Amino acid sequence: MTTLAPTAPAPRHLPVATATPAAPSVLTGLRDMGTMTAREIRRTLRSVDGLITAFAIPVAIMLVFVVIFGGAIDSSGDYINYVVPGTLVLCLGFGSAATATAVAQDMTSGTIDRFKTLPILGPAPLWGHVIASVVRNLASAAVVLGVAVALGFRPDADLLGWVAVVGYVVLTVLAFTWICAAAGLVLSVDATQALNTVFLFLPYLSSGFVAVGTMPNWLHGFADNQPFTPIIESLRGLMSGTPDASTIWTAVAWLVGFLAVSITLGSLAYRRRTAR
Amino acid sequence: MNDPMIAVRDLRKSYGSHHVLRGVDLTVRRGEIYALLGPNGAGKTTTVNILTTLVPADAGTVTVAGADVAKHPAQVRALVALTGQYAAVDPFQTGEENLVMMGNLAHLPRRAVRSRAQELLERFDLTDAARRPASTYSGGMRRRLDLAISLVASPAVLVLDEPTTGLDPASRAQLWEVVRDLAGDGTTVLLTTQYLEEADRLADTIAVLHDGVVAARGTASELKALVAGDHVRIAFEDATSLRAARDLAPAAGLAVVDVDERDLALTTPATDPVATIREALALADQHHLALAGVSVVKPTLDDVFLAVTGAPTSTTASKENAR
Repeated sequence: MTTLAPTAPAPRHLPVATATPAAPSVLTGLRDMGTMTAREIRRTLRSVDGLITAFAIPVAIMLVFVVIFGGAIDSSGDYINYVVPGTLVLCLGFGSAATATAVAQDMTSGTIDRFKTLPILGPAPLWGHVIASVVRNLASAAVVLGVAVALGFRPDADLLGWVAVVGYVVLTVLAFTWICAAAGLVLSVDATQALNTVFLFLPYLSSGFVAVGTMPNWLHGFADNQPFTPIIESLRGLMSGTPDASTIWTAVAWLVGFLAVSITLGSLAYRRRTAR
Repeated sequence: MNDPMIAVRDLRKSYGSHHVLRGVDLTVRRGEIYALLGPNGAGKTTTVNILTTLVPADAGTVTVAGADVAKHPAQVRALVALTGQYAAVDPFQTGEENLVMMGNLAHLPRRAVRSRAQELLERFDLTDAARRPASTYSGGMRRRLDLAISLVASPAVLVLDEPTTGLDPASRAQLWEVVRDLAGDGTTVLLTTQYLEEADRLADTIAVLHDGVVAARGTASELKALVAGDHVRIAFEDATSLRAARDLAPAAGLAVVDVDERDLALTTPATDPVATIREALALADQHHLALAGVSVVKPTLDDVFLAVTGAPTSTTASKENAR
């Protein structure tokens, strides 16, 4: 038959890779995670959607609470120091939720099948999503805090306090993101959008934005005991230089618990899952 | 070297009460192109998923170069590359970045990663598009990139799951050529397809998969022999000629297997199509029948299926359960 195809260029024979691949080890495992992280960071930086989710929306949320609600809730101006930590946690949750959608996209596109047939560290693609989320959220948090300071936010933490803040934010994002990564493995791309709503709504029912005492009585039980209350209050304590050990331990226990459960379930689900 | 590259023995897999694979046996030699031919739902993708360690089998064994997929998945993954039904390239990365990423995931030495990417871009005619995001690629380019990605680590076995579904004829021909080259260089290729033509042009051995078992296997010509060769189709201008021909044909030595009243054509088996056409023309001349055309009909996948399974593909085709 006469082929319609453009003639493929020389060389006719496919060059065979001369270098032999390294055997799997701890080092290659770290390399796998690094490769997958670079991929995810690229995904964020190259999509308008990703940039808006990572930076524009968190800044907008901060502006809404400080500039618009701030004046109404407390005209004295102290409200900004109260609300910034809550707003920051809200942004971290929202930023982490984007991971669920990215994981779900990988699961539906056949990409996951390709990764799973490679001799790489099993859940490296998931870790790539999670580490990229930490990097993205730290960058986003820096921008949001910069905006808050410009609006009048005055934290009192010392240098050690700020180190603790960064460590605490990393732990928070790890926990939030692993929850989202695990959810992304089992949810459809559309269904992952619902996680945004959870992370954008649940913090309102905590002491993050208004004191629990101002809420109706029937909400007190939930608001006092749900994880966002100690998680936000710990951050507020660390930023204002008045950390409370028991609140922090409660928050860390929640976060480590979420982390352990979602890493376990996520890794199991990842092993069982092929493209759908 | 006489050991098979891929050995599948009594492979079984069910999803609930749906028995996708009911005892499949395959033996693929080193350097061979082996086609799994079948309609949707025959179990092709499930077989591929088990072979590539994506899905565990219920029973039976699969070995690649002697390594059992269930017991030594890491060894199998180092040998096998999969190109799935959907081009699994990252749209937000450039062609080059996609290849470099896979080189890193294949643990090639860092300095080798970039040169390997360049070689493959050149081989697959993608050098000009190397720095454009894959989202801007055409369907054919995306498939080529997808295939290039599979080859980054020079796999001993390449598994292609319906590699040309949805491709235009030019891209399809180009992809066939690449696959042939690869096999020529010693890569063992297992491909699944719904197209007899694809299996015919590419494969050394074809296994026809139907309802989870191998219904027939052999070379392309062996399979075609099963469907009793070619047919000649004779079309007429009017129904009177068609009916006259139908009545006269047996006496002229033409066995009529099908009379198509709508298209005014009849079909006759032809071991020697040229002789059959001569006889048909002579018959038409002799009885002044108004001929519209004569054509040779080659066996199709449907014919092979009809012959080996007793069911046409169109009625057995249910959505393949690949999960």
